[in-house]
Amino acid sequence: MSEYRIQGMTGEWEVVVGLEVHAQVTSNSKLFSGAATAFGAEPNTQVSLVDAAMPGMLPVPNRECIRQAVRTGLAINAQINKWSRFDRKNYFYADLPQGYQISQLYHPLVGEGEIEISLDDKNPEADVKRIGIERIHVEQDAGKLMHDQHPTMSYVDLNRSGVALMEIVSRPDIRSPAEAGAYLAKLRTILRYVGSCDGNMDQGSMRADVNVSVRRPGEPFGTRTETKNVNSVRFVMAVVESEARRQIDLIEDGGTVVQETRLYDPDKNETRSMRSKEDAHDYRYFPDPDLLPLVLDDAFIEECRASLPELPDAKRHRYENALGLAPYAAGVLTADVETARWFEALLAAAAAKAGKPEAELAKQASNWLISELFGALNKLGKGLADSPVTAEGGAELLALIADGTISGSIAKQVLEKMLETGDGAAAIVEREGLKQTSDTGAIEAAIDKVLADNAAKVEEYKGGKEALFGFFVGQTMKAMQGKSNPQVVNELLRKKLG
Amino acid sequence: MTNLTDLTVAAIRDGVAAGTFSAVEVAEAFNARVAAAQALNAFIVTTPEAALDAARKVDADRAAGNALGKLAGVPIGMKDLFATKGVQTTAASHMLEGFTPQYESTVSQKLWDAGAGMLGKLNLDQFAMGSSNETSYFGNVISPWRRNDGSTAAMAPGGSSGGSSAAIAARLCPAATGTDTGGSIRQPAAFTGISGIKPTYGRCSRWGIVAFASSLDQAGPMARDVRDCAIMLEAMAGFDPKDSTSLDMAVPNWEASLNADMKGKKVGIPREYRVDGLDADVAKSWDDGIAWLKDAGAEIVEISLPHTKYALPAYYIIAPAEASSNLARYDGVRYGLRDLPDGANLQEMYAATRAAGFGAEVKRRILIGTYVLSAGFYDAYYTQAQKVRALIARDFELAFQHCDVILAPTAPTAAFGLGEKTADPLAMYLNDVFAVPASLAGLPAMSVPAGLNREGLPLGLQIVGRPFDEQGVLNAGLAIEARAQFSAKPEQWW
Repeated sequence: MSEYRIQGMTGEWEVVVGLEVHAQVTSNSKLFSGAATAFGAEPNTQVSLVDAAMPGMLPVPNRECIRQAVRTGLAINAQINKWSRFDRKNYFYADLPQGYQISQLYHPLVGEGEIEISLDDKNPEADVKRIGIERIHVEQDAGKLMHDQHPTMSYVDLNRSGVALMEIVSRPDIRSPAEAGAYLAKLRTILRYVGSCDGNMDQGSMRADVNVSVRRPGEPFGTRTETKNVNSVRFVMAVVESEARRQIDLIEDGGTVVQETRLYDPDKNETRSMRSKEDAHDYRYFPDPDLLPLVLDDAFIEECRASLPELPDAKRHRYENALGLAPYAAGVLTADVETARWFEALLAAAAAKAGKPEAELAKQASNWLISELFGALNKLGKGLADSPVTAEGGAELLALIADGTISGSIAKQVLEKMLETGDGAAAIVEREGLKQTSDTGAIEAAIDKVLADNAAKVEEYKGGKEALFGFFVGQTMKAMQGKSNPQVVNELLRKKLG
Repeated sequence: MTNLTDLTVAAIRDGVAAGTFSAVEVAEAFNARVAAAQALNAFIVTTPEAALDAARKVDADRAAGNALGKLAGVPIGMKDLFATKGVQTTAASHMLEGFTPQYESTVSQKLWDAGAGMLGKLNLDQFAMGSSNETSYFGNVISPWRRNDGSTAAMAPGGSSGGSSAAIAARLCPAATGTDTGGSIRQPAAFTGISGIKPTYGRCSRWGIVAFASSLDQAGPMARDVRDCAIMLEAMAGFDPKDSTSLDMAVPNWEASLNADMKGKKVGIPREYRVDGLDADVAKSWDDGIAWLKDAGAEIVEISLPHTKYALPAYYIIAPAEASSNLARYDGVRYGLRDLPDGANLQEMYAATRAAGFGAEVKRRILIGTYVLSAGFYDAYYTQAQKVRALIARDFELAFQHCDVILAPTAPTAAFGLGEKTADPLAMYLNDVFAVPASLAGLPAMSVPAGLNREGLPLGLQIVGRPFDEQGVLNAGLAIEARAQFSAKPEQWW
């Protein structure tokens, strides 16, 4: 991975980045109450007495949320702390009913782990880099203030209040906007594989606090700023770039970077100061006396481990080694869990129809999915999730190619019809008369005509211009309207051209 | 004819079950007595209809031959720290004045399920912070007791469960709930000549009890004698999945296992409690207690609880620290008082609301708690106090290798006059010096009446037991009760 350097007026600078990612835990109920967690519900319809912090209410940990955080920790090879504890982070705000957030400062649930990123997915030779994860802890989300409901008052929606979040804290190992983007994208991929967070950044179920500092290469870390609640991979990269530039300009102008919290304005592509360290809160963290320490036994952790699916890196290696796919294809197919699932369903169905081992069909299936289906869906503005063609339907099409019923070029037409009509491949081939012919009589007749019509080219060919063979094949296929078996055409042509 | 309001819980329960009198008759008698005792200010609200409704149901059940609960026909008082569905719950604060919960605390629900009825919500120190009931927003409770010198000076009923103690001593209810964070059941029981037990931390669910200091708060019963405490506690205790700190243990049959025979039991006398200048009458009642338990067959052993002198300072760090956080939810946003001056922003609303809604003692403790948790002070205060707390628990653990229960005074003095200690918070806090260690260690502890001092005011003796050994505590209490023969009751002046 080439080193990313920023050119300043006074020389080169290096950017140092660490991300704190808040990921909403996929769970039907909140971290310490039984209330539901569905996105987009009417305000204040998913609020229990506990979430509203009524007098005398007590938190009870939700086992499923803990389980998801532990599974996430295992997925990044992190240390799982069998003894952890919840702390209160005290501050007043209208979206925080208890007057404190239950979090884990002193003893987080998950300790050190790491994530492997590749800076260039398309380049299999690109180096991989390990980004350290310092910790994952679980904590409560706050509610939401609504300022547009009343001319002078703000309203509070407590639906999110108490929803479980994982805070995933990286080490300051990230050194460029691209690495920051790759890290966040990889983390999201892992969370989606594990199923512990849906990763939908546009719905706020995943957001990042971006810590940025700059330094001369080789020197100690500079003062960092923290840009809060950045909600897309692209914005995270933009924050790193613009904030690094701002800090460099500031320092080179003789100023100093102030440790502070900043906000990103995507419209102006710049960060601006929210509050500085001087007026930072004193959160008065202390162990939550309403909760006992969280003690996990081996059986629970083992159950979490056993429930993990094959993870992206392992899957990619398997696609390369066991299925023989190119690194690029393996990378594309494993980049998100839905694609991998779709591909595996396609391959399984295709193998079943052909009665062949998966490894034999993997390349064909992978090529078709990546070059044909993705392209076609892209034109329709759709993705795999809302593809009109199912994996089973795709397998049917692949089987028709494999057994010689249609050619690859006819298959393109068939796919278009499938996407248009939702009909099955075999039905379309039948209806449209697209079956390719292996009838040597018809093909021979077509060849004879092509050779007769192009007598001059035949002479050239015979004179040694062998490249013309393809021309004759093309002309014959054209005459046959693409429905002849290309192998038969090849054989007959070779015979006739002697 | 029996005066129904003089009866104990056991006698009412048995009388109702036997048909000697009806539950409605009992409820009516207590309702009338409550109505006539407004001078004591023991109740914040009275709920005569709730008491009657519960009684009618018990009478109907009995008539139908249905099984009756453990407290069938017994009307009780409910400390106004327990959330009661549809009935104002204030914690004696302006902050929660008019707050009517849509939920019922686990403990109060268990009592209603056992057939008890509610006479009303009992006054207390605001948010349970106080030892004399003088911090209540609704005015202090006045103890039914007076000095025997003819003075009419109003005496403190103790606190924070001062409404409970005064109401029981004045025969306004046969029993009541209390909560004990650092002596709030035991000290008022001692001041008013009644019994009260704080069970092991976790025995009674805290769900629905307005929180003061979560790691210390524990509900318990207050009543006129040990048996009644056992009956009440059986109904109140039990595992509650809604409280993570609740003990997942079966509730023993404490009443059925009561046994005043102390043969084979060792009673520890902590040397560190015999402080210089200990009130002579208190010292004498302690000696009486020792003699009574010896008479009951116990062996008396001296024990040491070396960290006792650090207990009160540690308590006054830990409890306010937790309180400062627990009381943050009273912010004027969702319920309770909101003070929104013209043009005020959010911060100003918080400030105005909390300034108006909390009393001076509550504010003092929030300030202390906020201070000890602040960056730069946390380790010196909070961490250190937690270490002390662990050492105190260890003291008890070691002591219980040599004894089964510990006997000590409940409070360093008998009741004091209202207003005597309000100017000096430290003097007030010292009232809990003997009660606080058991709270920090989460141990079961009870106070039983031992006699009157020379001023004619009640004194209490405290029994502290091993974790989960409420039975041992109750049995020792019973042994004392049998020998103290405490029959004094306040002369009715109200």
